[in-house]
Amino acid sequence: MVPHPVSIRELQRETHDTFTLTLEPPDRDQGLSFIPGQFTMLYLFGTGEVPISISGDPAYPMRLVHTIRAVGSVTRTMQHMQRGSMLGVRGPFGKGWPVEEARGKDIVIIAGGIGLAPLRPVIYHLLRERGDYEHISILYGARCPADILYSRELESWGGRFDVDVSVTIDYATTDWYGDVGVVTSLLDKVRCDPGKTVVMTCGPEIMMRFAARELNRIGITDEHIYVSMERNMQCAAGTCGHCQYGPSFVCKDGPVFRLDRIRPFFGTREI
Amino acid sequence: MQDRANHRFVVTRHDFSMLLATLRERGYLLLGPTLRDQAIVYDEINGAEDLPAGWTDEQEAGQYKVKRRDDNALFAYNVGPHSWKKFLQLPSLTLWKAQKTDNGFKVEERDEATPRMAFIGVRPCELRAIAVQDQVLTGGDHIDPDYARRRKHAFIVTVQCTQAGNTCFCVSMGTGPRAEEGFDLAVTEIIDTHRHEFVIEAGTDTGAEILARVPHRSASEADWQNAQSATQRTAEQMGRQIETSGIRELLYRNAEHPRWDEVADRCLACTNCTMVCPTCFCTAVEDVTDLAGQTAERIQRWDSCFNSRYSYIHGGIVRPSTRSRYRQWLTHKLAYWHDQFGSSGCVGCGRCISWCPAGIDITEEVAAIRANDGGGMEQGRKTNE
Repeated sequence: MVPHPVSIRELQRETHDTFTLTLEPPDRDQGLSFIPGQFTMLYLFGTGEVPISISGDPAYPMRLVHTIRAVGSVTRTMQHMQRGSMLGVRGPFGKGWPVEEARGKDIVIIAGGIGLAPLRPVIYHLLRERGDYEHISILYGARCPADILYSRELESWGGRFDVDVSVTIDYATTDWYGDVGVVTSLLDKVRCDPGKTVVMTCGPEIMMRFAARELNRIGITDEHIYVSMERNMQCAAGTCGHCQYGPSFVCKDGPVFRLDRIRPFFGTREI
Repeated sequence: MQDRANHRFVVTRHDFSMLLATLRERGYLLLGPTLRDQAIVYDEINGAEDLPAGWTDEQEAGQYKVKRRDDNALFAYNVGPHSWKKFLQLPSLTLWKAQKTDNGFKVEERDEATPRMAFIGVRPCELRAIAVQDQVLTGGDHIDPDYARRRKHAFIVTVQCTQAGNTCFCVSMGTGPRAEEGFDLAVTEIIDTHRHEFVIEAGTDTGAEILARVPHRSASEADWQNAQSATQRTAEQMGRQIETSGIRELLYRNAEHPRWDEVADRCLACTNCTMVCPTCFCTAVEDVTDLAGQTAERIQRWDSCFNSRYSYIHGGIVRPSTRSRYRQWLTHKLAYWHDQFGSSGCVGCGRCISWCPAGIDITEEVAAIRANDGGGMEQGRKTNE
């Protein structure tokens, strides 16, 4: 459970407060294999450790990619690090998205803000094995046009004939001609068979709650909705206690949960 | 141990001292109850002379007081503020150190010799608490290496409870007052006007082997009956009780019970209950460096779900109110624990009751929720939606 020192290969600015780190994997021969939706603990020497979802392509374990929002002392420092600087890494940890169970189904991806980062590996996977899935929709909501994460990739996915991509923002600027409003408002456009659809959603809890409500309304039941939860994480092994969410430990039982399994707690205040 | 009846012995008060001396000679670090700062605490002891002979305690919600007895009983009190947790899951532990190097840093894993410890006077509820912590820290996919190392060589001398405290409820939790397994030796202290001796049962071969080195006689049927009836009396004297039937479901369906608001008005969120609890296992880590910034280390410390930063994530605290923190603590202990680890997280030791500065009583809180099962649910405070 000690961090492995790894060096930063690339550091790329995404938006004003987000950036993507490509790290050398701890094992230079095997790379770091992961399931889409899993996370690692990234350590900054002497400062602290943060849980960050892996946002790279699972087919390329040699490229360990994380998109990070600068929000605390560790991530703000990471934002200004240089190529070649060292970080520590532990992991991967946790349960990921249901890429196997979803085969043969319509797929709806609903992401808010940086919630797109933990979903990007699953999008890569779905597009690579496109023939195994039915209709695929990606719904993305950001605060403002400048906050749209992975905008080039969203554009390129949107340019494909086999994926529907919709983007909405909370606050429009004069050069924005797209949708304005909450991400759940995009659900009306989605083509899917509610009886054979799998939904994967990540974003603020309030967004996921409203998404679940709308999904239930259009006939998609909790057993087909997967959410990625977030809680304080320190050990990532289920023993420090911080990430408890009802009877679940988000670090090992999640972060991705099938909604029916956490339903009694989903939406309970301060649980 | 096969055939337990052949491993029951009687040791005199004088020879009981020898038993502890024997353990010490065998290289064990003796840890046991001793009187300090007006409380019976667990610490390193040299031998039986450091035990709180002739002392007892009086406990009530928010109260703990030591008191003189009119005899020299060694174990005639109940549990104090300490538990064995402090020797197995250290309150503060350096997990690893890292050195800055030319091109980054290098992590050095700790490799510390662990003492062989002998725990003298582990009560049945505490024995159960150790088993609960074993499950939490070594029963899953991830094994806490430091805990496992300390636990592996621990020699356990259980003391069966011959009196119950006012805040005890081990009978309700099915953890006492007599332990049947999990110990190396189990002692029942027998003291009256004409004798002071110990009926001792060996639970393991190591226990039997240690006992064999101390003068003893085989326990007669009368000795054994005597020991049994002493703990039976204790079972009848329980100071508290808790109705455990369906408790998991009770708490699951009462997450919005008005009692949580009521208890939050009294709770100081001081963390005392979690610090004295023998099963509370939460820890936080802190990364620190030396002044020159060349050496970094990660220190693990006991944490508490009553601390505000316990639930901190970017953007805020998940449980800002005392209501939600108390609910988390009690619901985790008595309900979630069953799902997580296959047992209750409460062993009925009563420490959280005695050491709560506001005198909040877990048994009373559960009873209040049960008395008004489903109360407040219809008021629509259920969700944010």
